[in-house]
Amino acid sequence: MTLTRRTFPGFAALFSMPFAWVLLLLVVPYGIMISVGFWTRQFPLFYPDFQFGNYAQIFSDPQYTTVILRTLKIAALVTLGALALGFPLAYFLVFTVRSAALRNLLYMSVVVPLWVSYLLRAYTWKIILGTDGALNSLLVSTGIVSAPLDIFLYNQTAMVITLVYIFVPFMVMPLFTVLDNIPRRLIEASEDLGVGPFMTFWKVIVPLSLGGVIAGSTMTFCLAFGDFVAPVLVGGPDGTMVANLLQTQFGAALNWPLGSALATLVLVIVLVLLQISSRLDTAGRVELT
Amino acid sequence: MTSTPIVALERVAKTYGVFTALHPTDLQVEEGEFVTLLGPSGCGKTTTLRLIGGFEAASAGRVRIEGEDVTERPPYRRPVNTVFQDYALFPHMSVAENIAYGLSVKSNNIPKVERQSRVSEALAMVGLDGLTHRRPGELSGGQRQRVAMARAIVRRPRVLLLDEPLSALDVKLREGMQVELKRLHRELGITFIMVTHDQTEALALSDRIVVMNAGRIAQIGSPSELYDNPATPYVADFIGATNLLDGQVIGRDGDEIALRIGGGTIIRSRRGTAIPANAKNVILGMRPERLLPSAPDVANTLVLTVKENLFHGDRLRLELTAEGIDRSIFTELPRTAVAAVSSVDPGSRLVFHIDPADVMVFAGEKNP
Repeated sequence: MTLTRRTFPGFAALFSMPFAWVLLLLVVPYGIMISVGFWTRQFPLFYPDFQFGNYAQIFSDPQYTTVILRTLKIAALVTLGALALGFPLAYFLVFTVRSAALRNLLYMSVVVPLWVSYLLRAYTWKIILGTDGALNSLLVSTGIVSAPLDIFLYNQTAMVITLVYIFVPFMVMPLFTVLDNIPRRLIEASEDLGVGPFMTFWKVIVPLSLGGVIAGSTMTFCLAFGDFVAPVLVGGPDGTMVANLLQTQFGAALNWPLGSALATLVLVIVLVLLQISSRLDTAGRVELT
Repeated sequence: MTSTPIVALERVAKTYGVFTALHPTDLQVEEGEFVTLLGPSGCGKTTTLRLIGGFEAASAGRVRIEGEDVTERPPYRRPVNTVFQDYALFPHMSVAENIAYGLSVKSNNIPKVERQSRVSEALAMVGLDGLTHRRPGELSGGQRQRVAMARAIVRRPRVLLLDEPLSALDVKLREGMQVELKRLHRELGITFIMVTHDQTEALALSDRIVVMNAGRIAQIGSPSELYDNPATPYVADFIGATNLLDGQVIGRDGDEIALRIGGGTIIRSRRGTAIPANAKNVILGMRPERLLPSAPDVANTLVLTVKENLFHGDRLRLELTAEGIDRSIFTELPRTAVAAVSSVDPGSRLVFHIDPADVMVFAGEKNP
């Protein structure tokens, strides 16, 4: 106790900076956002207030609920797509690739795109999926279709494809880690006990990789849920997501109170998802001995 | 009765690139035997076990179990089960689920009721009733070891493979588990093949010991055969300790040969019959406990100087030197015998006698 008191100035000096950082850049902005959500708007000005009109508007106007549900749907599809691509890839890297050098090279090639600008990677899909894009050129030159198709770009499918491509590293990274941490002895033990490779996969590898599935899915879902670039670049008229709506409220629509209420709602949705994910993760966690 | 061996290795070899883990090896294990593969790390004992279990593919030769060629068969199609060194229990399953795991396979066709009774039977056999719902993470090392045993025997394998099963346990627990292993082997009546680097464990448990060195079998025999008649200086030193000294043959007289071991000391041995007649340089082996303090006028004696004495409770371990011999000679004196000698302080000179029947002689130029 005396020791604590004697070193208090040093302690305060050491931790005041990060504490101030959290306070100024996280707690205060969230506080402002949440309180502005209760203000009223009298165009073009906003007045401090405490009323639930903004929330009432969000839940009564089908425009907002449709967009929120669509965003949830797209984020869910992106998560499933990333899992469907990421799990086999991580499994292949960990269990099939024998050479450590080749494994690291392939793993790096999954992660390296993260160093490239996000915009650039999203834009690439515009070039691939467009009417005179790479995909159409391939289809026409191989004679599968006679004229270029315009069905690939500017729709929700294009958004899901683009977002899966962009966020798949966030799925592969935790999956690679959990699969790599499964002791090979457990797989040998399963086979020793008369269980073939297929059932060993379902009864040993899948249960022990659930932590990675949950972590990867949570990250992918949250990132996709908050995305606003893919709808603009490759999404069509029915591609608007929650983040685009938010942008509009703080920009063209000039309705900060409504925007703040919407942002608070998004925050609550993400927090609930994180809470569920952490519950699932704790329930499925096992001590690897 | 000429029975087929339960496990037979025929010229089985294993190479990893340029490294040879196991040179072409023949080994036959009879039904119901307790066989130990013994050797230092890297001698090929674990590789041999993994070749039998099916975890490694043989580079050459055939592996037979019950006479059937299983060389190409994966582990899940071999009638053997393994107790792994680190137990390899499934962390996401309870004790009962771990043990029932190998019974739940469709091809086994075991009704649920029988599965349950076999699990409880296996748990009782290893003395673990009452812990069925625990996870492996909640068990002590000894308990995990028992679960690993139960999981392996519940499938009633023809052969149980044990990979250093006791090495992760502390000394007290290990001694208790040795007794348990011996009891399990007797009660189950199946073949045990165990890998260990601990010669005490091998001597205490095995019907036969396979001593391995550098990817080859050095000698196969019962514990007493290996202890009393080691084939090479390596085996002599690995199974129990042996003082190995260079010597020259200076004469033969019937079944006795006379050997000079430096400094003019002549030792007679009655165990040199296997040494080629023209051999000159040989290696002598003397077990520490065969060197007995004696009067100076007895035949076959060594005059040795005490370099160090170490108190071991019931006995005294002496490090001794002799003129003309460049390495220390060790012996152990019971406490009761210490009173009979003048002094065991460093620097004291003592006379030791060894029976010519206890002096081992090996062909060979140089000490290993």
